[in-house]
Amino acid sequence: MNFAPIGYTFFGGLLAYGVGALAGLLASGKPRLSRTLCCSFALLGGLLEIGACGLSLLGGTGAHWEISAGVPFLVYGFRLDALSTYFNLILSLLATAVSVYSLGYLRSLGETKTVGVLGFFYNLLLLSLTAVFTASNAFFFLIAWEVMALASYCLISYEHRHEATRSAGILYFVMSHAGTCCLWVGFLLLTSRAGGMGFASFATVAAGLTGPWQIAIFLLFFAGFGVKSGIIPLHIWLPEAHPVAPSNISALMSGIVIKTGIYGMARVFFEFLGVPPLWAGMLVLIVGVVSALLGVLYALMEHDLKRLLAYHSIENIGIILIGFGASLMFLSLNQPRLAAIALIAGLYHTMNHAIFKCLLFLGAGSVVNAAKTRNMEEMGGLIRRMPQTALGFLIGAIAISGLPPLNGFVSEWLTYQALLAGFGTTEPLTRILFPLAGALLALTAALAATCFVKAFGITFLALPRSESAEHAQESGFSMLSGMAVLALACVALGLGAALFLPVFDGITGSLLGTRISSDLIAAGGLALTSGSIHGGTVSPAGIAALFVILSVFPALLWLIWARKGKRRVGPTWDCGLPGLTAENEYTAFAFSKPLRMIFAALYQPQREIEAEYEISPYYPKAIRFESEIEPTFEKRLYEPVKEFILAIATRMRTIQAGSIHAYLAYIFVTLIVLLLWGVRS
Amino acid sequence: MSDLVVPALIQFLLFVLIAPLITGVVRTMKARLQIRRGPAVWQPYRDLLKLLRKGMVIPDTASWLFSATPYVVFLTAAMVALMIPMVVTVAPLSLFGGVLAVVYLLALGRFFMALGGLDAGTPFGGLGSSREMTISAIAEPAMMLAIFTVAVSANSTNLTEMAQFAVSQNWRFLAPSQILAFGALFIVLIAETGRIPVDNPATHLELTMIHEAMILEYSGPYLALIEWGASLKQLVLMTLLVNTFFPFGLSRDWTALGVTIGMGFYLLKVLLLCCFIVLVETTNAKMRLFRVPELLAVAFILGALALISTFFF
Repeated sequence: MNFAPIGYTFFGGLLAYGVGALAGLLASGKPRLSRTLCCSFALLGGLLEIGACGLSLLGGTGAHWEISAGVPFLVYGFRLDALSTYFNLILSLLATAVSVYSLGYLRSLGETKTVGVLGFFYNLLLLSLTAVFTASNAFFFLIAWEVMALASYCLISYEHRHEATRSAGILYFVMSHAGTCCLWVGFLLLTSRAGGMGFASFATVAAGLTGPWQIAIFLLFFAGFGVKSGIIPLHIWLPEAHPVAPSNISALMSGIVIKTGIYGMARVFFEFLGVPPLWAGMLVLIVGVVSALLGVLYALMEHDLKRLLAYHSIENIGIILIGFGASLMFLSLNQPRLAAIALIAGLYHTMNHAIFKCLLFLGAGSVVNAAKTRNMEEMGGLIRRMPQTALGFLIGAIAISGLPPLNGFVSEWLTYQALLAGFGTTEPLTRILFPLAGALLALTAALAATCFVKAFGITFLALPRSESAEHAQESGFSMLSGMAVLALACVALGLGAALFLPVFDGITGSLLGTRISSDLIAAGGLALTSGSIHGGTVSPAGIAALFVILSVFPALLWLIWARKGKRRVGPTWDCGLPGLTAENEYTAFAFSKPLRMIFAALYQPQREIEAEYEISPYYPKAIRFESEIEPTFEKRLYEPVKEFILAIATRMRTIQAGSIHAYLAYIFVTLIVLLLWGVRS
Repeated sequence: MSDLVVPALIQFLLFVLIAPLITGVVRTMKARLQIRRGPAVWQPYRDLLKLLRKGMVIPDTASWLFSATPYVVFLTAAMVALMIPMVVTVAPLSLFGGVLAVVYLLALGRFFMALGGLDAGTPFGGLGSSREMTISAIAEPAMMLAIFTVAVSANSTNLTEMAQFAVSQNWRFLAPSQILAFGALFIVLIAETGRIPVDNPATHLELTMIHEAMILEYSGPYLALIEWGASLKQLVLMTLLVNTFFPFGLSRDWTALGVTIGMGFYLLKVLLLCCFIVLVETTNAKMRLFRVPELLAVAFILGALALISTFFF
């Protein structure tokens, strides 16, 4: 076993997470101490892991270590190959930023013993996530997966005194295990084919995998990892569970925990599955498009800031899967170059989404803390009271809306290029899927921009809509620095996209056998191309520079004419009423009204208005208004399943009679049957 | 370097200076068609100059975003103007972004405009923002399909490449896919530039306006920048339409003669498109807001048909 510098940093990082977890438990009697220790060790771990990933990227060879556990089947196998390094890098970036943020944020939870417990599970989650991304055999992977699921369950249920939190936690628990069940079966099928549990042995038999085996394995893993990443229709736990957790945890959940599903799909679909059939790629693409579109449409109807962000995670997972699906389709159409571009688009969006979603959740955490509510309708005017937080949230909002020159734009641009090339260079009629997916992606992106105009505008702009929003205060230094790191990353990954792309060479090289990044970069790293310079170029850095250069023109106008004009601050036009109040402002609910009417077929909105009046209906004394949209998936899909399971459970209760004699009889019968079976074989 | 900067400067100035004229021309033509005299075609310039010289009132509820918005709106439109071919097939800065960047830069301007509308805190601003974002969102897929149709036949999203390809095949605009894509993009143009039947640029009646509602609180130089940016955006979209589908007279390189001839053809084409827009505006009534999605659905179907017809023609 060769440790070398990379090994020391990697295991040093794991050790730091582990020590952080223990420190949280041991020092839980002293909340301040445990808070500081947990966050510092998590921060140290994150930094060390970044170092390990950096060394792995520079070294270029996949480092791997195996530690025998002394238990049959179980080997602690770690491997830092290109794909693992990439995901571990995303994780450690977020871990660093969130740990810095948490130093200040956890203070707001008060001086309770549970802060130490929170710190324990927080570090445990980071540890298990690292293990999930770097595990090199199925058994260890599943153990890490399970630890991760349990740790995140405990973190979600942190505020377990609220009924809603408890039920969200249980929903997450159930869905997560249903997914894990699929994964177990999938890995067992793979193991039976490969004769071993190591990921390396899965990869070697991948080429021979065809027919029903391949289909079964594909579907099992798609469902299993799909639950974790929140694809529609397996998403229902996500908008419940992510918002109820403390905000730093929500940031990690939406930023990276759902990406474990994406990691799993990338690993299995591109490494263990051989050449997938065309319909598999089509299925992934269609699920991606549906998740993206429905995710953003449901997000538009949310006025709970954190739930809104949670729905956007579904949308972005959809965008990532559009890239993956297109890539799988290109694989089966024998277009490895295009497959590489589409895969890069998906993977790049994975990192970008992790970063801006984490930023947005941290921003939302600060806002929710300051305004003491998650309801956007009770916020407003926060840009004056929390200017830095507002700026961070604005950067995140621009990035998630896919607007240039930030990182979200770059990955969406690559996705469009892959789809376009798919239509241009492939033959069968199914290629019509590519431009349709592109058109719906455009709709998704535009709706996301709409949603974030709403989220930012209602939360931060105009007048405060409640007492607590009026007295909101800017968050402390550590919270702001955590957000600043991520905001800078959004800018850097946008403007410097061309410099970042070579990172993907290792991944596409090992998974698809093509290294394509040099074709995607033009003009000495200034611009990105769609694979060739004639196919299309874009330069986020150029756009940013141009923005600065062109602003000379308005400046000239100002100097020549407008300099002398007076600039006066006056009251907003209020139609002659005595002063504008927050009640006159447009609400989030009103903002999304046109879309609620246009997509009424999806939402099935129902509303109820009651007005009380004495003399004439034109002068109501009080109006009560209620409106809700139909939770289609919960009602149409999950309700029947739940009913069915409950019905079976009721039937089965007849066996569980509550009489100890009956139970003894069961044990006796089982024993006899087992003995007979043992004798026979 | 100078072969990049000079064309960029020329094209920037041409676009920025002509844009208000086109707004004026459309207004005058419309007035004539309605048997009114209407303002002179120079009126937009006078308006801009007057606004630039005036003082302004900033709403006391607004933040720095309110002041940043006019710049972003103007500059995004100006950046786009450098990425599309105007009188020469080679757009000065087409390396910086193709048709996708154009769409997304305009979206960035719109994003800020909508935030500026909300920032003032009046219900009008919110109403305008909400409607603007909604309409542009549902216009987006139609636009993307039409763009895909054109980009696929040119095998590029780079506008210079697209224009050169279009020039090389003169009569291709008669192909069904091109006609359908033109139809789709034309409807999108109407929606994006806020013209009848989607929005009425002349109205100040709060229940019918979209664009005007968002900028209600802007005054003085800020309003000038926004209005200038809006006419720039309109001209940019019109240019995109005429040069992609009717590339006649586009010069092949940046020579004085080429630019002059190209300019002549360009103005002619844009004026023709103006006539078409004026005709549509005068013969239609403004739609109710919730009829607009149906119009855009038509555009979407046209775009999809355009795409499918590339299979056959």
